[in-house]
Amino acid sequence: MDSTKNTDVLDLANLYKDSVKADDRPGFSGFIIAKEKLFDIAKDLRDKYGYDYLSCVSGVDYPETNSMEVVYHAYRSSGGSALVFKTQVERVDPMEVPSLISIWPGVDLQEREIWDLFGIKFAGHPDLRRILMWEGFEGHPMRKDWKEAFYEEEAKPLKSRWPDGNHKYAEAKAAYGDNINFEAGFDPEKWTPTDPEEALYSALKKYQTEDVDGIKTDHLLINMGPQHPSTHGVFRAVVILDGEEIVSLKPVMGYLHRNHEKIGERNTFLQNIPFTDRLDYFNSMYSAWGYSLAVERLLGLAVPERAEYIRVIFGEMSRIQNHLILFGMLWNDLGAYFTPALYAFEERELMLDIFEAVSGSRMMCNYHRFGGVVRDIDPASMQKIKELVYERLPRKIEEFDRLLSENEIFVSRMKGIGYLSPEDCLAYSVSGPTLRAAGIPYDIRRAEPYGVYDRFEFDIPLRYNSDLLDRYLVRIDEIKQSVRILQQALRDIPEGPVLTGKPSYQIKVPAGETYGRVEAPKGELGYYVVSNGKGNPYRYKIRTPSFVNVTSVEKMCVGTKIADFVTILGMVDIVLGEVDR
Amino acid sequence: MSINELNLPDFNIPDDMEGKVTVTTLDRLYNFGRRSSLWPMMFGLACCAIEMIAAQAARYDMARFGMEVMRPSPRQCDVMIVAGTVTKKMVPSIVRLYNQMAEPKYVVAMGACASSGGPFKEGYNVVAGIDKYLPVDVYIPGCPPTPQALMAGMIKLQEKIDKQSISKVRWYQKGPDSVEIAVPFLGPDLIDPRRIPDIKAKSAELAVAAVAPAAESSTEG
Repeated sequence: MDSTKNTDVLDLANLYKDSVKADDRPGFSGFIIAKEKLFDIAKDLRDKYGYDYLSCVSGVDYPETNSMEVVYHAYRSSGGSALVFKTQVERVDPMEVPSLISIWPGVDLQEREIWDLFGIKFAGHPDLRRILMWEGFEGHPMRKDWKEAFYEEEAKPLKSRWPDGNHKYAEAKAAYGDNINFEAGFDPEKWTPTDPEEALYSALKKYQTEDVDGIKTDHLLINMGPQHPSTHGVFRAVVILDGEEIVSLKPVMGYLHRNHEKIGERNTFLQNIPFTDRLDYFNSMYSAWGYSLAVERLLGLAVPERAEYIRVIFGEMSRIQNHLILFGMLWNDLGAYFTPALYAFEERELMLDIFEAVSGSRMMCNYHRFGGVVRDIDPASMQKIKELVYERLPRKIEEFDRLLSENEIFVSRMKGIGYLSPEDCLAYSVSGPTLRAAGIPYDIRRAEPYGVYDRFEFDIPLRYNSDLLDRYLVRIDEIKQSVRILQQALRDIPEGPVLTGKPSYQIKVPAGETYGRVEAPKGELGYYVVSNGKGNPYRYKIRTPSFVNVTSVEKMCVGTKIADFVTILGMVDIVLGEVDR
Repeated sequence: MSINELNLPDFNIPDDMEGKVTVTTLDRLYNFGRRSSLWPMMFGLACCAIEMIAAQAARYDMARFGMEVMRPSPRQCDVMIVAGTVTKKMVPSIVRLYNQMAEPKYVVAMGACASSGGPFKEGYNVVAGIDKYLPVDVYIPGCPPTPQALMAGMIKLQEKIDKQSISKVRWYQKGPDSVEIAVPFLGPDLIDPRRIPDIKAKSAELAVAAVAPAAESSTEG
């Protein structure tokens, strides 16, 4: 088996001749596995060939060929490129493919998402409920033939707006005068409400303690969120408590599901860049990188040297401010209300000033373009960046570290809490600092380098206890490494252009599929883009670190106290723009 | 309102009482109190919430205008800053939160999404503006609005409060929607209870329209 482990991509078609064939559509890669064999082959992939990390599961709808496809991207935690395998199912309800949840538990939420948005059932999934929409919603919105109420045209630019704008309010055109749609003949008075929460509550394990003293004790069910002072945005968790101890927990999401993917498939390729900013709104400079990487691969576009360095500079700056905000908010959750957050925002404001100077906006930078960045850094901003990186940041991070890291209350709240074993980390497809705090040196900047990261000297910070304290310390170290990268990038940045070719609004992207992934501050951020040669993406799937990392929250929380849930969630570092998309 | 204005009513105060007694109107006194300590609800939906936090932080410091006390409980706050995209799944909770606020209560739609749906308007899970459900006092444009813009909006709200009269404000009147807004619920799609007759009529109409061409085609066939 060693020889197969060393080759970069496994030739599955040769290994399983009767059930696997290579995907030979132009521009596509990977293998198509017959769905009957999917489970067995996937098990082999993990156990025999070392693909222990299943990163991304995407659904794609192909009405022309009357099929639906589920695409898997699997990796080895030792590094290397993806093994892409797919399975196809005839596009007739009920569609069913085997669930891989018993092999890689990390697919849990992703499979539920595909069921919700595409209506593909995963046989063997223990809790297949809608996840982003509510139980009882009609239709599966990501199917190509499903149309939203404000539907106007299949693809942008819309004829009503361009070239001659004679735009009417969408409300004036929609059947119900609003963004709602009902089946013809629907009568809201006769409609019997189904309780959307019922399935959720029954998914939680119901417990009743054995009454030793003859006193019956019920467990307490608590809804945390969507409006809760500590949850980071509109996240909701339903927990069952035994006293103060968490017995069972289910994350509930979708309260910020604003349909990035559906809108993205109507948009032109370029129009999606500002939308990527709104995914992880702390790090718009990093979110766009994964998308431009994916589309550049399809276009075969090279990025000028200077632009690559600029991407690294802003990417690492946003990593620093992301981690600082996380610390500030974490202390908020721990009870040190707002003072540490004020310190964190002080540094952040300085960086946002630079972002605003180069891109025009503080938060939603819209700075990346295919083949570079939109404009160069002006000398005054460059000077500011240098002062920040060489003078201020190293000092401020030391200050942060000294103030907070050894605080006794802090340490006692963090140490040994939220443990997740390294094996579980991989199984749950956890990425980012949480994974590295469990001693697994997996960082995409090293495992599958993109941009110019292979030119810099930096360490991948590791800790081994996999508790909250280690996740915190890994991030402190990461900030220090980011400063190191920044110093090298500022030293080496060459002169030259920042964009390949002329800027254009409408690009034609050759047909094909691609998966561009970057090590965003929160973990692996990937974009699975399918193009059919037209001006807008055929499929635009976003694999966000926050969404997949939430899968492991239940595992981390069971057995801890309810007060720790808030810190554990804070340390997973979710942002709802990414979780719900 | 400045002290001077409060001290210069149309009544003559005897000299020996000058500086000890102030004559003013009830409205002015109420408004002065209300506008000077606007407590926003700690309630962030999306990207705009981050700029809202930034506006509270040291550099912009909304505390200068008496708006620094953010309360997570709707019972304790005066103004709901709807900071972010309102989704269909979230809107029942938002309306419920609004109903739970004690009056006087104000709503500020922060950013493009809360005002109109913004870049996400066409999304199938997006409510095109919170004003479809709640009475909005101030709209702040921007995506997201900068902290300065948020503060300008809040000062606008203060100006609005200055002009209010307690005999006319909505929540002391009779009539529907004066205090409580009907909470929408999630069926096959989002259902606004106030629009049920509309929806019923329209869907019946669509059902008739759907039958007619089908009948035509069957006679052709």
